[in-house]
Amino acid sequence: MAGVLALVETKEGSLRSSGIEAMSAATVLAERMGTGADALVVGPPEIDAAAGALSGYGAGTIHLALDPALAGYRPEVFAEIAVQVIREGEYDVVLLAGTGLGRDLAGRLGALLDVPVAEDATAISVMDGRLRIERPVFAGKALATVEVDVSPTLVTLRPGAFPVQQSEGAGTLARRSLALDPGRWPTETISRESGSAEVPDVSEASIVVSGGRGLRDPESWRLLEELCAELGPEAGLGASRAVVDAGWRPHSEQVGQTGKTVAPRLYFAIGISGAVQHLAGMRTAGTIVAINRDRDAPIFRVADYGIVGDAFEVVPRLTEELRSPQGR
Amino acid sequence: MQIVVVLKRVPDTDTRVRVAEDGFSLDPGGVRYVTNPYDEFALEAALRIREERGEGEITAITLGEESAQEMLRGALAAGADRAILLRGRAGSDGSAVARALLPEVEALGPDLVLFGMKTIDDDQEQLGPMLATMLRLPCATAVSEFEIEGSHLRCRREVEGAREWVQLPLPAALTITKGAYEPRHPSLKGIMAAKKKPLDVRDVIVPPGRMRVVEMRLPPERQGAKFIGEGPDAVPELVRRLRGEAGVL
Ligand SMILES: Cc1cc2nc3c(=O)[nH]c(=O)nc-3n(C[C@H](O)[C@H](O)[C@H](O)COP(=O)(O)OP(=O)(O)OC[C@H]3O[C@@H](n4cnc5c(N)ncnc54)[C@H](O)[C@@H]3O)c2cc1C
Ligand SMILES: Nc1ncnc2c1ncn2[C@@H]1O[C@H](COP(=O)(O)O)[C@@H](O)[C@H]1O
Repeated sequence: MAGVLALVETKEGSLRSSGIEAMSAATVLAERMGTGADALVVGPPEIDAAAGALSGYGAGTIHLALDPALAGYRPEVFAEIAVQVIREGEYDVVLLAGTGLGRDLAGRLGALLDVPVAEDATAISVMDGRLRIERPVFAGKALATVEVDVSPTLVTLRPGAFPVQQSEGAGTLARRSLALDPGRWPTETISRESGSAEVPDVSEASIVVSGGRGLRDPESWRLLEELCAELGPEAGLGASRAVVDAGWRPHSEQVGQTGKTVAPRLYFAIGISGAVQHLAGMRTAGTIVAINRDRDAPIFRVADYGIVGDAFEVVPRLTEELRSPQGR
Repeated sequence: MQIVVVLKRVPDTDTRVRVAEDGFSLDPGGVRYVTNPYDEFALEAALRIREERGEGEITAITLGEESAQEMLRGALAAGADRAILLRGRAGSDGSAVARALLPEVEALGPDLVLFGMKTIDDDQEQLGPMLATMLRLPCATAVSEFEIEGSHLRCRREVEGAREWVQLPLPAALTITKGAYEPRHPSLKGIMAAKKKPLDVRDVIVPPGRMRVVEMRLPPERQGAKFIGEGPDAVPELVRRLRGEAGVL
């Protein structure tokens, strides 16, 4: 049986954490299938030094397709390179992190390889030599198990759903020589404004601090930002649709059926009532804490811990408590 | 300019999901259907482009059941010029749906194909870049706003913690997310006019799915909150529990 390939995304000169999750998942899966796991990294030349680290997550061969022209996402050429590597290596399973880039690329690969894509997987098991892929549907209101009848089986993984696991791999670097012709690629990125570099995106954060209309105005987000900072670099901000519609927060932070579906280890819902459309996006979180003035708010029905109270009093106290050494 | 908007009918976001007796599909009992919200953004974007240019023909197309006609009438009422219902079963294999749509969309000779970024039932976020690639059209996903500049599109994309501007030549395909295109409500005049607009219905063969749902279940019920207390005085106990029994800090 041919192996498993993880496509590992890069971000500003390093490997993306969700890409390392994909590599770890590939290694675990390959072991269960009795085969090996390899990696493909497409990106700028600076990545060369960082990519070797993938051997620590079980990568056998690390295919490198590096070129200064690939610092940003160039969908057509990323897809072309991935298809070549997949075909040459006759990979049976290809895993990608389900980031914006991963979801965009997977659809294209599906078309070029003429196979379906199982998107947004939260678990993969092997039964009688076949993959069973679990994926949330109806924005997390239900979990579907799917089977794919063709090879390669393309799967995107929900960021945060697969643990990072260390394991020793050969880590042989296979640098590909590329003959690129940027003039031939129609889609071009003109400019990019990154959001806050310190705060991870809501879909990748392992702790999410989400705020709703109960916070009254956009200035109150200072309180959530302070809480987030105290929770450390793995904490990110989320929002309900009510505050996104009001223009207080960007849509990229919206959690719910028409926003992101997230599965962090810890989720704080602050001044959020808990409408079904919001619950759909966060009910698979590990531990849920709700802070709300209204004891009957539906959010308390899915929360693990609840404090009934005014967010303007509770949140600063929480930040302070986390900061104080005796609390630790 | 030929603009094609690709839409799907989905269960309303209020739907209480129940698994049907077969164990792998949605129990349709009591489900209310709506146009996929992201596809409404795509349709709105098409209407604005036509208004700005003062020309253009908008075709709304879907692959689905007979009952999807109602959604298409809604698209005509909002301002689409014509609509096509490809009658067939759209299963969970997005590549099969894409292959069924491919010749139909191609035959319309589109300058611009607009998709929703994702459906809120299957949540695949896949059909746009997949069908665009099959059509050999350049494609940008997760676009919140765009404009046409001569022979090119300039699009704002929303990606993890960042936004970026990309440029691509026409003809092209885009998947639209929330942003500049809050959908309008159809006017009474629009609803009357829609009755006279062409709505073609024809059967289509969807290739057999190579990805199958073998089981569907509901996520485990959550117990409901342990109330730690009221007001800021409850905070130390909360933190103690998060560090202790929950082990998440
Ligand atoms: C098609 C569709 C799609 C949707 N998609 C989404 C989605 O993706 N995500 C989403 O979130 N919603 C979505 N919604 C909207 C959803 O139905 C709710 O309207 C929304 O989630 C409510 O946001 P909220 O909880 O911030 O506001 P509210 O419902 O107004 O709740 C505010 C809460 O704050 C509490 N509060 C007030 N003051 C304080 C205080 N000082 N301290 C503590 N608590 C306080 C109140 O008790 C209340 O519970 C969608 C709706 C539709 C129709
Ligand atoms: N059966 C269908 N008929 C028409 N368009 C569809 C269908 N399924 C998906 N789409 C379009 O493809 C987009 C992405 O769908 P999905 O890949 O299922 O998340 C949707 O927002 C629609 O624009």
